[in-house]
Amino acid sequence: MTDSKYFTTTKKGEIFELKAELNSDKKEKKKEAVKKVIASMTVGKDVSALFPDVVNCMQTDNLELKKLVYLYLMNYAKSQPDMAIMAVNTFVKDCEDPNPLIRALAVRTMGCIRVDKITEYLCEPLRKCLKDEDPYVRKTAAVCVAKLHDINAQLVEDQGFLDTLKDLISDSNPMVVANAVAALSEIAESHPSSNLLDLNPQSINKLLTALNECTEWGQIFILDCLANYTPKDDREAQSICERVTPRLSHANSAVVLSAVKVLMKFMEMLSKDLDYYGTLLKKLAPPLVTLLSAEPELQYVALRNINLIVQKRPEILKHEMKVFFVKYNDPIYVKLEKLDIMIRLASQANIAQVLAELKEYATEVDVDFVRKAVRAIGRCAIKVEQSAERCVSTLLDLIQTKVNYVVQEAIVVIKDIFRKYPNKYESVIATLCENLDSLDEPEARAAMIWIVGEYAERIDNADELLESFLEGFHDESTQVQLQLLTAIVKLFLKKPTETQELVQQVLSLATQDSDNPDLRDRGYIYWRLLSTDPVAAKEVVLAEKPLISEETDLIEPTLLDELICYIGTLASVYHKPPSAFVEGGRGVVHKSLPPRTASSESTESPETAPAGAPPGEQLDVIPTQGDLLGDLLNLDLGPPVSGPPLATSSVQMGAVDLLGSGLDSLIGASNFVSPPAAAVPANLGAPMGSGLSDLFDLTSGVGTLSGSYVAPKAVWLPAMKAKGLEISGTFTRQVGSISMDLQLTNKALQVMTDFAIQFNRNSFGLAPAAPLQVHAPLSPNQTVEISLPLNTVGSVMKMEPLNNLQVAVKNNIDVFYFSTLYPLHILFVEDGKMDRQMFLATWKDIPNENEAQFQIRDCPLNAEAVSSRLQSSNIFTIAKRNVEGQDMLYQSLKLTNGIWVLAELRIQPGNPSFMDLELSLKCRAPEVSQHVYQAYETILKN
Amino acid sequence: MIHSLFLINSAGDIFLEKHWKSVVSRSVCDYFFEAQERATEAENVPPVISTPHHYLLSVYRHKIFFVAVIQTEVPPLFVIEFLHRVVDTFQDYFGVCSEPVIKDNVVVVYEVLEEMLDNGFPLATESNILKELIKPPTILRTVVNTITGSTNVGDQLPTGQLSVVPWRRTGVKYTNNEAYFDVIEEIDAIIDKSGSTVTAEIQGVIDACVKLTGMPDLTLSFMNPRLLDDVSFHPCVRFKRWESERILSFIPPDGNFRLLSYHVSAQNLVAIPVYVKHNISFRDSSSLGRFEITVGPKQTMGKSIEGVTVSSQMPRGVLSMNLTPSQGTHTFDPVTKMLSWDVGKINPQKLPSLKGTVSLQAGASKPDENPTINLQFKIQQLAISGLKVNRLDMYGEKYKPFKGIKYMTKAGKFQVRT
Repeated sequence: MTDSKYFTTTKKGEIFELKAELNSDKKEKKKEAVKKVIASMTVGKDVSALFPDVVNCMQTDNLELKKLVYLYLMNYAKSQPDMAIMAVNTFVKDCEDPNPLIRALAVRTMGCIRVDKITEYLCEPLRKCLKDEDPYVRKTAAVCVAKLHDINAQLVEDQGFLDTLKDLISDSNPMVVANAVAALSEIAESHPSSNLLDLNPQSINKLLTALNECTEWGQIFILDCLANYTPKDDREAQSICERVTPRLSHANSAVVLSAVKVLMKFMEMLSKDLDYYGTLLKKLAPPLVTLLSAEPELQYVALRNINLIVQKRPEILKHEMKVFFVKYNDPIYVKLEKLDIMIRLASQANIAQVLAELKEYATEVDVDFVRKAVRAIGRCAIKVEQSAERCVSTLLDLIQTKVNYVVQEAIVVIKDIFRKYPNKYESVIATLCENLDSLDEPEARAAMIWIVGEYAERIDNADELLESFLEGFHDESTQVQLQLLTAIVKLFLKKPTETQELVQQVLSLATQDSDNPDLRDRGYIYWRLLSTDPVAAKEVVLAEKPLISEETDLIEPTLLDELICYIGTLASVYHKPPSAFVEGGRGVVHKSLPPRTASSESTESPETAPAGAPPGEQLDVIPTQGDLLGDLLNLDLGPPVSGPPLATSSVQMGAVDLLGSGLDSLIGASNFVSPPAAAVPANLGAPMGSGLSDLFDLTSGVGTLSGSYVAPKAVWLPAMKAKGLEISGTFTRQVGSISMDLQLTNKALQVMTDFAIQFNRNSFGLAPAAPLQVHAPLSPNQTVEISLPLNTVGSVMKMEPLNNLQVAVKNNIDVFYFSTLYPLHILFVEDGKMDRQMFLATWKDIPNENEAQFQIRDCPLNAEAVSSRLQSSNIFTIAKRNVEGQDMLYQSLKLTNGIWVLAELRIQPGNPSFMDLELSLKCRAPEVSQHVYQAYETILKN
Repeated sequence: MIHSLFLINSAGDIFLEKHWKSVVSRSVCDYFFEAQERATEAENVPPVISTPHHYLLSVYRHKIFFVAVIQTEVPPLFVIEFLHRVVDTFQDYFGVCSEPVIKDNVVVVYEVLEEMLDNGFPLATESNILKELIKPPTILRTVVNTITGSTNVGDQLPTGQLSVVPWRRTGVKYTNNEAYFDVIEEIDAIIDKSGSTVTAEIQGVIDACVKLTGMPDLTLSFMNPRLLDDVSFHPCVRFKRWESERILSFIPPDGNFRLLSYHVSAQNLVAIPVYVKHNISFRDSSSLGRFEITVGPKQTMGKSIEGVTVSSQMPRGVLSMNLTPSQGTHTFDPVTKMLSWDVGKINPQKLPSLKGTVSLQAGASKPDENPTINLQFKIQQLAISGLKVNRLDMYGEKYKPFKGIKYMTKAGKFQVRT
């Protein structure tokens, strides 16, 4: 007697027969029939045709039958809305039933029926159930509000259910509290702005009390909700942590991880000197280790989170390396994650063990895993200097195994090791060269070619080796082609006599026969470099490379801090903020760690929050493979400048040059015919390889002839916020005219056109004097520089701060807004020199309370220099006195709106090369003083 | 929250679907099938898969994939823990959790799933509450139901549901009052070629079977509670009391439950009870290799080692093995290259060994990976960590219960590298 009998069919047709049975008089037969219907439903058969017959069975005292009918209704009501209304009466009646189980069941089922007509009838019963005397009904009703909100959010708000729900947070029953929190969290997720979960110390206290008494699932909801709270100070943070810590011993791993999230977040606020801080760190390790003995799926999620935790606070697990050792029968996804964490935890203390393990893994069967293990050995070498030698010899052992993919992987990492420790392990090159033929993956080939090119002088047959690669040039991947080009040029510069033919061959292959613009461009650049100035070419191509830094694949600190707030969620599994993948981006609020010193004003600037971020992460991380190849000449010719790839004829010209005089000069001849050097682009795009920047220093530092100090350009609008448009700029004042120097970069994939700019009203009436003129459409990756003239006749409105300027920029994609602060000195006018007498009179006239004092420390100038420097920014020295060995300067300046500012500058010789300045400012509008002082400081210190 | 659940068998058929919110088309599982195809083995299917509109979280148990569909940001562990709970509940209800059993009981399964979640929020996951709501099918009950027309759905609100002890129902009555505790420890270890320990840790659990009348309040104390510094408790354990006195104090659930699990990882505390002597060599020139392993007891505190099985995945190049065991039986599967040897009990006077030759594919180069040996064994009446229960006391009820404690040590993931 099993349920499988419900699946048997007869000849007459299943539906027909079921219909007959459903309408039978016998209760038992009816029930059996409904069961058959449900059974068909579970396997995905369409039994919606039976809707009226099933609904007819609903009015019954038999609870099982009732439940079965409800199950059916939930599935099919949506497809039969008109019929579903037949069920409403029964629902409403059941909501009044004396049995709480039935009341709860009715309200629960009604909420699951996503039909508008039924929803209308739901409101009244739901309101009653929310205030029901039985907690079981209340907790069911709480969830029902979330359901209803999902169907019709407006209705929930209009009916005031949200307030009732908020009241339930103070309910006496912990399960009701937990469900209310869960429901509110779900609603809040779709309404990020609404302040539904208004957390304050009182409500937090209630939640913490409920936490101890509710079910494991309720604990998860409450902990996740707690994590969104920002305690007002470290004492409160500590007391919450103390009450959350017992959750770390819960059997349910989701509870544990949610508790870890709360602790990791609030820990940020605790001072590291606190005893409690240390205790907490110690308490975090065991539960994390325990998670690793759970089922593999749980392990996987735990490992992804531990990866974040280890990066944020490596001290927690630094002694637990062994639990991350890979077991032979771990699923592959667990193995790969463990390996990652092993490398993060590798240190001088445990490196021997780690290496022994990694070597063991490198002989396993699973190819992906073996590859990653080999790569890990290389990463250890780079991370722990003392182990480098051991790692290299391990890698050599592995190369001896001749297993194809092991060898290739090893060569790729050895290249990185060479870059980290130059001139140390080059003795292994010979062994590497033996394996040249077995390399068939682009990455490994490229790495090997890089090594040959880089150490061409030590490899006797480097030219032969490279030549052998050249034969199949066009079949190689771009990565290999680019590397081959660079390597041969290096070889040529090192051994010019023997390799002329080779370099000529590769250049012509790259420039003439290739369709790849990167390759062509790089080819041309080398070509011109070699022909214009071989010495410079040598300096550029063989320049000393910056060392690569040790830590790899680190998550950027701000992202890491955000992800710490999302421990235990999908975001932590994907290591991406929810905004990057949550459907439609709705309900995404950026979370940030609380600042360490918890005070009210610091909460408004979450960017400054990650105080605990370890320093040094800004170092350049090992570039990805693509970057590595391009490390020397990662040059992107932005706009197609003046007659792009020179006409073919001139290319041939170049070839002749290169062969003839170009080479001669390298070998010592002095006669040198200059090739068409005009082709050097005049305006290179922003992303330019560092190696080349000195060559084309045309762009850097647009010399300011005269006029006030110009701050370097700062990014005003990052590309992320403006659909790919990046704007950076600065303000200048030259010979009486103010302008805004802009640099627009298109980082999107589409062309941008139709630019326009507008300013909001501001304190000094700054406004564009001419429209923003971008002559040609801005194609992807292109940059233009524009100088926008400004005047001060626009409408005036006092801004906070005074020098705030709000700007709107429009293009064909959208309108973007940003605001920037302009330095006040662009407003200092040329006729700001006051008459001596006038100065004295005005100084006396302005009341003393308008005087402001400022200090400028460590100014590297003497009185003369100060005076002339300031003069070029229209701050005029009227008189100079020497009082008791100190220079006193009396100065005046005038703003565009006619406000005069008087200054007394006392120069105290601090130490031989630096002066301390004391600045007293008097002005009728004292609010400008602060900004004038800032202007002084920027002018004098730059 | 959890949107839908699909049960999929290893052949890739969806044999059950349950939706707690709106219906999600089963075509969403296509993404799962893709991932399943990519992973060579069922165990290697990644537990979290993203699709354009949903996330699929899955666990693989009893040859069934339990695939949960979620749409919003939900803690994945929450979902996976819930799926485990579903598996446990099925097993609890039907004895085994398998495709035919689920199909046979599809209506009960459906009712149970409906009780477990409401709108994706867990509702009742404690098995004793569920059992009051929906009675598990037994042959007797089926017969009774057919005769009397009564149902297997309880019509009373489960009493435990809202009490402070939601895990225990009220009004429990037994004629024989008994409480049994099993201390079971599993050793996970990796032993390297030379026989020294790379890692070793103990995963211990105390499983209880408590059948006591009324509302008993138990305390369990240990001889050496300091061993337990990394523990996870059943919700019934009073954490405060443990923190201050190192005593487990609790009102137990009725029936079988896991009281606590613990983890001992300090290397010096983990004794390794067996050793394996091995000599496996392949030569480059010949197509024959030598194979010899011997298993012997190490630190067993005088207890005997039973139920020993040795298994090892041989390299691909191995064609056949010609071996003779000194005791037990062995098999070698030439397709999967899996060698397994059922040793049985270890007699310390005459150590079991397996010797012989391995024949390799002619002409192939010598395999570069060495086989890893997996070991299974059991030791009765011993908790290898040395954990010992001191005493068990009962308060709150008058009768005298029958008490029992059993110890056992097993191999967990016990691997010897060669």
